[in-house]
Amino acid sequence: MADTLALTEATYYILLSLINPQHGYGIMQQTEQMSRGRVRLAAGTLYGALNSLCDKGWIIQLPVEDGSRRKEYRLTAQGKRVLENEVARLRELAENGERILRGE
Amino acid sequence: MESRKTIYKWFMIWDFEKEEAWLNEMALNGWVLESVGLCSYHFVRCQPGEYSVRLEMHPYDESYISFMEETGAEYVGQMLMWIFFRKKTEEGPFDLFSDIDSRIRHLDKIGKMLSVIGGANLVIGMMNTVGPGRMGWINLLCATLLMYALGRIHGKKEALEKERLLHE
Repeated sequence: MADTLALTEATYYILLSLINPQHGYGIMQQTEQMSRGRVRLAAGTLYGALNSLCDKGWIIQLPVEDGSRRKEYRLTAQGKRVLENEVARLRELAENGERILRGE
Repeated sequence: MESRKTIYKWFMIWDFEKEEAWLNEMALNGWVLESVGLCSYHFVRCQPGEYSVRLEMHPYDESYISFMEETGAEYVGQMLMWIFFRKKTEEGPFDLFSDIDSRIRHLDKIGKMLSVIGGANLVIGMMNTVGPGRMGWINLLCATLLMYALGRIHGKKEALEKERLLHE
């Protein structure tokens, strides 16, 4: 799919959470914190999303440390670009919405 | 007072949400799922409402199980293609899917599995009705049932896709 399409809320928050390396549960907690409890990622949804984001090359899985079963992920340069484009798109949406609702 | 019980029950694939609701009702009544067999559910006593239970069509997958365990869920067991988890309610809400897309993908997976098994039964059934054994009707019956299930799953998927046009 084209990389210019809108991201889902889940994808958006997963990518944001992965600016620094993070494991699955950390992503869930961080997303909930950032959205002040509004967006809760369910584990199955997150697992599927992490796999497809890895396939796309927007995030990578970091090598698993000895003794730890937790997999950590991090945003790639490509993923960061996607995120920047999305922020610009969201800004446009919000600005247009505010302008029109103000009656300008 | 007995502390364990087993209930034998068909798993109606097209009503998997109802199966899940039933398992949660059991947990509310103080019986939490502890393991599963083929069409059998094994329960153990718990505090009423101590657990929530979730199920999903997902082949046995250790990396998925350890991912779920990392989030505080417990692996209960696997019944053919279905995986069962439970989580203590005090650890917060427990859901496997949090958006429409992943629900649609899940239904898609179920639909694909049903069409493969249903299709195979149809072919075997037709081959066997002309053969010497004449037992093909069993396969044809299975195929009919599986196609019915497929129709129900497809209906659910369409409803979600309609919603997806407006919401995420």
